[in-house]
Amino acid sequence: MTHTADTLIIGGREFTSRLMVGTGKYASFEQTARALEISGAQIITVAVRRINLDRSKESLLDYIDLKKYTLLPNTAGCYTADDAVRTCRLAREAGMSDFVKLEVLGDEKTLFPDNEELLKAAKILVAEGFTVLPYCSDDVIVCKKLEDIGCAAVMPLGAPIGSGLGIRNPYNIRIILENVSVPVIVDAGVGSASDAAIAMELGCAGVLMNTAIAGAQDPIAMAEAMKLAVIAGRLSFKAGRIPRKLYANASSPLDGLIG
Amino acid sequence: MQITLNGEAVETTDDSTIETLLTQLGIGRERVAVELNAAIIPKTEYENQLLSDGDKIEIVHFVGGG
Repeated sequence: MTHTADTLIIGGREFTSRLMVGTGKYASFEQTARALEISGAQIITVAVRRINLDRSKESLLDYIDLKKYTLLPNTAGCYTADDAVRTCRLAREAGMSDFVKLEVLGDEKTLFPDNEELLKAAKILVAEGFTVLPYCSDDVIVCKKLEDIGCAAVMPLGAPIGSGLGIRNPYNIRIILENVSVPVIVDAGVGSASDAAIAMELGCAGVLMNTAIAGAQDPIAMAEAMKLAVIAGRLSFKAGRIPRKLYANASSPLDGLIG
Repeated sequence: MQITLNGEAVETTDDSTIETLLTQLGIGRERVAVELNAAIIPKTEYENQLLSDGDKIEIVHFVGGG
């Protein structure tokens, strides 16, 4: 299989799966665990929240084999660089890993990134030794700045978080791909398997999604669809597609037609 | 004495440390992080870190998220 030759390296760690999956919004922890397993994801995102003081309730990590996954704690819900940095520091202490998905939101309705605060937070976190994977706008200038700061990857959105609208601006993603050297991972907006395949066919290093799987009518089946879509999209990208042409080009020989 | 734990007022004994507080709450020290008055307390200091009246403590962990 092509896997051994086609690994994804982020922050010095090597991954064979290019699908990253969130752990929110599932019907149950059992379903979360099953979907993660079927998806083949090796990097899974989690949120950092106050612990429930009622210890009779179970927690997500009781269901997840931490030897199988790299936890990628996020800063979801943070609207300032200070809050995001504080959350990352707590995540590192809780998880003993320096991987963080940095998101600093600008607005509750769109959940679009506040790129100014994002850059500020990224600078602080990189200096503190974090491996920073920032959720950002599909804007090459912002992505280049994040790369210059020392982020381990850039994660431009395909569409608003949870919208399922797909890759709204594939040309912006292409421009980003041509101008940054760190892995480009489409984060947010994917709705169906074809959206994931499109991201990979554009040449992205990976795709991160949550709602597309957790919110599907059958999340387990969608987890498998996404796994296959990411593999297919990657292979298709590497295989090199034919150029688009306006008119037909026959597949069968024109010589030897019966007459 | 009274402390504020995750936003809630909680009564605890005068000789409480982070360690005894976690034990009292039945919270394992793995996979949690503790902030005392907005400063993160490393796990190695849980045993020695005494609490004072009015302290604000946050105990966080990982939950499902995207």
